[in-house]
Amino acid sequence: MKAFTYERVSSPAQAVAAVARNPGAKFIAGGTNLLDLMKLQIETPTHLVDINSLKLDGIEATPEGGLRIGALMRNTDLAADERIRRDYGVLSRALLAGASGQLRNRATTAGNLLQRTRCPYFYDTAHPCNKREPGSGCSALDGVSRQLGVVGVSEACIATNPSDMAVAMRALDATIETVDADGKTRAIPIAEFHRLPGDTPHVETVLDPGELITAVTLPPPVGGKQVYRKVRDRASYAFALVSVAAIVQPDGTGRVALGGVAHKPWRIEGADAELSRGAKAAAAALLADAKPTRDNAFKLPLVERTIATVLTEARA
Amino acid sequence: MVGSDDLNLNRRDLMVGAGACAAMPAMPGTAKAQPGPDGNPVEFQVSLTVNGKSHTRNVDTRTTLLDLLRENLHLTGTKKGCDHGQCGACTVIVDGRRINSCLTLAVMQEGSSVTTIEGLGQPDNLHPMQAAFIKHDGYQCGYCTPGQICSSVAMLEEIKAGIPSHVTADLLAPVQPTETEMRERMSGNICRCGAYSNIVEAITEVVERQG
Ligand SMILES: Cc1cc2nc3c(=O)[nH]c(=O)nc-3n(C[C@H](O)[C@H](O)[C@H](O)COP(=O)(O)OP(=O)(O)OC[C@H]3O[C@@H](n4cnc5c(N)ncnc54)[C@H](O)[C@@H]3O)c2cc1C
Ligand code: SF4
Ligand code: FES
Ligand code: FES
Repeated sequence: MKAFTYERVSSPAQAVAAVARNPGAKFIAGGTNLLDLMKLQIETPTHLVDINSLKLDGIEATPEGGLRIGALMRNTDLAADERIRRDYGVLSRALLAGASGQLRNRATTAGNLLQRTRCPYFYDTAHPCNKREPGSGCSALDGVSRQLGVVGVSEACIATNPSDMAVAMRALDATIETVDADGKTRAIPIAEFHRLPGDTPHVETVLDPGELITAVTLPPPVGGKQVYRKVRDRASYAFALVSVAAIVQPDGTGRVALGGVAHKPWRIEGADAELSRGAKAAAAALLADAKPTRDNAFKLPLVERTIATVLTEARA
Repeated sequence: MVGSDDLNLNRRDLMVGAGACAAMPAMPGTAKAQPGPDGNPVEFQVSLTVNGKSHTRNVDTRTTLLDLLRENLHLTGTKKGCDHGQCGACTVIVDGRRINSCLTLAVMQEGSSVTTIEGLGQPDNLHPMQAAFIKHDGYQCGYCTPGQICSSVAMLEEIKAGIPSHVTADLLAPVQPTETEMRERMSGNICRCGAYSNIVEAITEVVERQG
């Protein structure tokens, strides 16, 4: 780990000012992703701004009838919140399918949204990786790509976003609230939050440097049967090969989002419209522009089968 | 002699093997002094309570809670397995919650109250979970055991607090301490010796005694 200076802040204004003052600074929340990457010198901040005392760890009702989730709320607390369990079950389920009890106790809402890819070459500093070192090349294209992306990929990067939580938030049409050093606030729909890799895979979201996430808001409950299904190499404590978040209404219409297949949670309006026609139609719409590798072509039929299982569960 | 092709092949196989967690951690080690932003390591003061005793220390900012416990406070019961959140050997209880002490900085724990395996109980005054692990042979080499015990103690509190898990069938019903629940909730603690079934028996005995 490279040496760094450290400070604690107690308000969002102090947090953004501290990062603006120190080029090379980063916020640290739970630390479960950032410290992991700092130990490998993949992340090398020269200053850490500890935001754990920001008091953004609660959840409150919005005037519109939805919920505002604090950026620092721990994944355990969010998954266990009564309103989330009752009205946004797919979010509870996605959170509980991720990581381990210990990690969820530390991981925060904002940190989870910003966790970086699990592409093995991103972690292995002995290999070229455009995301880690822009312009160095992508080792996964001709390498081991079993876990990597099949849609929205580019010549520069085929990595996936590893978050389970974000897939459920995509299905729920969440909005990410931020503030910057000038005090300017933004509300970013989650559909626009994560970027496709294109030729700048190191730029993963639309956040500006030093912009602080303060909350994630959920619109009023949409009801329906809410299911999150994660397919992985072992039954627990493993990242998704493919995951499906679905909200299915009694009349068979609904929404579906995928994890484990793209650089962002993957949802296509056209696929939602196909959902009532079944898994095959929905999967075809979601994967219309798929460009799998030989190693990960298995994800295409896996997506269809996982949607089929989810639809069966939703109708049960 | 191993040719370079063989080496490449091995590397590839290794990556396939890295499988589920994808990350390939470097060898675990303690934070080494490296030049800071201005060419020097940076020290910072932290005060926290460990097993009921308060400590104030100046530490290199890079020191994890795990390294503080082991290297600084010489509480070596807490183990370092992977140093990357992947094994659970470093599990301790902070302000009532289990966490991986390898993935938090010591300086981030200002004012925290930490319980390690040494604080749960001692040989002449065992915590019921420690006694149950001994009775049921919940280990072979014992390396993962402090983490398993701290994790299981806090895990039972999570069930009591009604926190659901991946295997909880009904998110709106009270959570029961079934074997399936316990196995899922303990998945963050890997046992290289595979003592899992005896670990489950040990935890089950504690649950039954608690009634
Ligand atoms: C072994 C292991 C297994 C895992 N398995 C899964 C899994 O199966 N599914 C899954 O979804 N996740 C998994 N995770 C990842 C885990 O969910 C993330 O590490 C965690 O959610 C990150 O949250 P954090 O608060 O610790 O983030 P941090 O590490 O503190 O921060 C992550 C990034 O977000 C930035 N940041 C944090 N807060 C803010 C803010 N408010 N505003 C702006 N920037 C901010 C930081 O600067 C940093 O760049 C796993 C992790 C490990 C180690
Ligand atoms: S897929 Fe992306 S993250 Fe993986 S090696 Fe290629 S550029 Fe790096
Ligand atoms: S040493 Fe912390 S999880 Fe392995
Ligand atoms: S007892 Fe040896 S690793 Fe668990």
